[in-house]
Amino acid sequence: MPLLEVRNLHVEIDGKEILKGLDLTVNAGEVHAIMGPNGSGKSTLAYVLAGKADYTPTSGEVLFNGKNIFDMAPDERAAAGLFLAFQYPLEIPGVATMTFLRTALNAQRKKRGEAELSTPEFLKKVREVSGKLGIEQEMLRRAVNVGFSGGEKKRNEILQMALLEPRLAVLDETDSGLDIDALRIVSEGVNGLRAKERAFVVITHYQRLLNYIVPDVVHVLSKGRIVKTGGKELALELEARGYAEYQEEVPA
Amino acid sequence: MNAEVAVIKTAAETALAQAFSQARGRLPGDDAVAAQRAAAFDVFAKTGLPHRRIEDWKYTDLRALMRDAKPLAAPPDAAAKARAKTAGALLGDVETRRLVFVDGAFVAELSDLAGLEPGLSVGSLADALSNGDATLASHLGKLAPANDAAVALNTALMGDGAVIRIASGATTERPIHLLFVASDKPAATFVRSLVVVEAGARAMLIESHEGPAGSDYQVNSALEIFVGDTAHVDHVKIIGEGSDALHVSTLAAAIGARARFNAFTFTTGGAVVRNQLFLKFDGEDTVAGIRGATLLKGRQHADTTLVADHIAQGCQSREMFKTVLDGEAHGVFQGRIIVRPHAQKTDAKMMTRALLLSERAEADNKPELEIFADDVQCGHGATAGALDDDLKFYLMARGIPRPEAEALLIRAFLGEAIDGIEHAGLREALMDAVAAWLKAR
Repeated sequence: MPLLEVRNLHVEIDGKEILKGLDLTVNAGEVHAIMGPNGSGKSTLAYVLAGKADYTPTSGEVLFNGKNIFDMAPDERAAAGLFLAFQYPLEIPGVATMTFLRTALNAQRKKRGEAELSTPEFLKKVREVSGKLGIEQEMLRRAVNVGFSGGEKKRNEILQMALLEPRLAVLDETDSGLDIDALRIVSEGVNGLRAKERAFVVITHYQRLLNYIVPDVVHVLSKGRIVKTGGKELALELEARGYAEYQEEVPA
Repeated sequence: MNAEVAVIKTAAETALAQAFSQARGRLPGDDAVAAQRAAAFDVFAKTGLPHRRIEDWKYTDLRALMRDAKPLAAPPDAAAKARAKTAGALLGDVETRRLVFVDGAFVAELSDLAGLEPGLSVGSLADALSNGDATLASHLGKLAPANDAAVALNTALMGDGAVIRIASGATTERPIHLLFVASDKPAATFVRSLVVVEAGARAMLIESHEGPAGSDYQVNSALEIFVGDTAHVDHVKIIGEGSDALHVSTLAAAIGARARFNAFTFTTGGAVVRNQLFLKFDGEDTVAGIRGATLLKGRQHADTTLVADHIAQGCQSREMFKTVLDGEAHGVFQGRIIVRPHAQKTDAKMMTRALLLSERAEADNKPELEIFADDVQCGHGATAGALDDDLKFYLMARGIPRPEAEALLIRAFLGEAIDGIEHAGLREALMDAVAAWLKAR
């Protein structure tokens, strides 16, 4: 059974159809890249998988581990092992990063019937993971993403991913706004989590990230559909030739 | 024929007039006090209960909200005193010096009067009135606005309260906690307290009000605080009245030069609450933080009305009031900052924010600035809105269920105000009370 199966997915926002029959199958252990021009529906796909309100599926289905995710609230999807690294991580004034991380981790564990982590256990885990990502302890004492640079926010997303250990991680333009050092750190974070029971969907506009996170499968998304699928060489092809040929009207 | 319109008294107004005429002979105090009471009652009788056409009471129409006036509370019996022993639980393990009042009457045997710090004197208002206390004669009624209907009623009917004096340079080791408990008999209490903090003294004062759920008792409380030059005073009021109570309280303070003054009000209880603050910045270069957190649900109504009057120059005041409204609750904030002609270099900023958790909740914000000096920095802001859906989604996308996500955001919202309290233990106790409120939501 595939880890993620998206079949003929149509999604509307404010009555406007953005995804128009998207199909995607991701097996455990794989890394898929989804590339496409602006406005092709990349972020919509990310949000609809995570369960954002106002992103209304009108037909089709999404099975995660064989279960229809449209029956699940965002927190239930997260507890089931679905993670979205946000393109624009939100600032939450007044909520300490540590409180946020601990609440999230323990809520997921509780939902799965696992024991909640004690304070020392949790601190040990955070130190372990943040160390690998070059995240200062001082950053963790601040409110969630408040006063963080763009790169720090993205690293914080990867920290959350590493801590929560999802089955499927969707990275929505995690490379945007990152300098080359930050890109390397983030990529190492992702590569360190690659495992045969875990899959990644890496959404990006540029090929650059895929030098660091080497995908098994590359898809081209255009006008709400996957219009081409290939191996990692497809990314290089796109980099060289651009998206122009995929933005032509595709016959139905 | 004259044009005078006969004033029709409401049942509550009639009952208050009766209560006053019956009680005036036995209320404590000498002839001068009796005259003060009579004059105050006249002020009240002229206007009656404040109603919506009186601007300062526009959102809290007591004539409509107060259907009757309860009889004045009798002295508490042994059972009421025994029950009061468990009061004040909200403060958790914060160490305080307790002064306990049951149904408005001071109960010495429940209070902590031993080992008073040097320079600290503590007594009951009833005693001070009966004994012709000099501090009382020179200070009582000097700060609370005499023309305010709630204050006038309080002055007319005040029975007991605390009289505290902290001598020049003295420090209280523990916060002084004025703990007001209502018994299960639905009665009216009029408590009046006076705190005089002399120059350079340091005092922390907690005032809490609580009572049984389901009892429609009425509390009218007034506290006057004199803050001397370079003194440092923190006042925290906790309005945790029972579900059906009517609570009107007034804090009137005059703050001297180069002083520090912080006032915080935490409101979760009562059916109808009016919390009035009248602050006068009389001395220059004082720094003040006036804050509050209010959590309301069901059909609760709470009104915070603040007047910060900058008379002397160079004072800084920060006002921040946060309100969380659920169900059909109604939150009101009226805040007026006055900057008098001589109060140059005043730096006053007022912010009031309401968070509506329900579409049927209502928030009314009325911030006002009256500035008569030209070299000042003043500003105010007011917002009202629902929880941010994007933030909620972000938290839920990390596996945090909706109620917990909302609780985190609400705690953060109120935390900004509660963090202004200097006493760490008290901050924690109030955050715990917020958590308990959220859990019971």
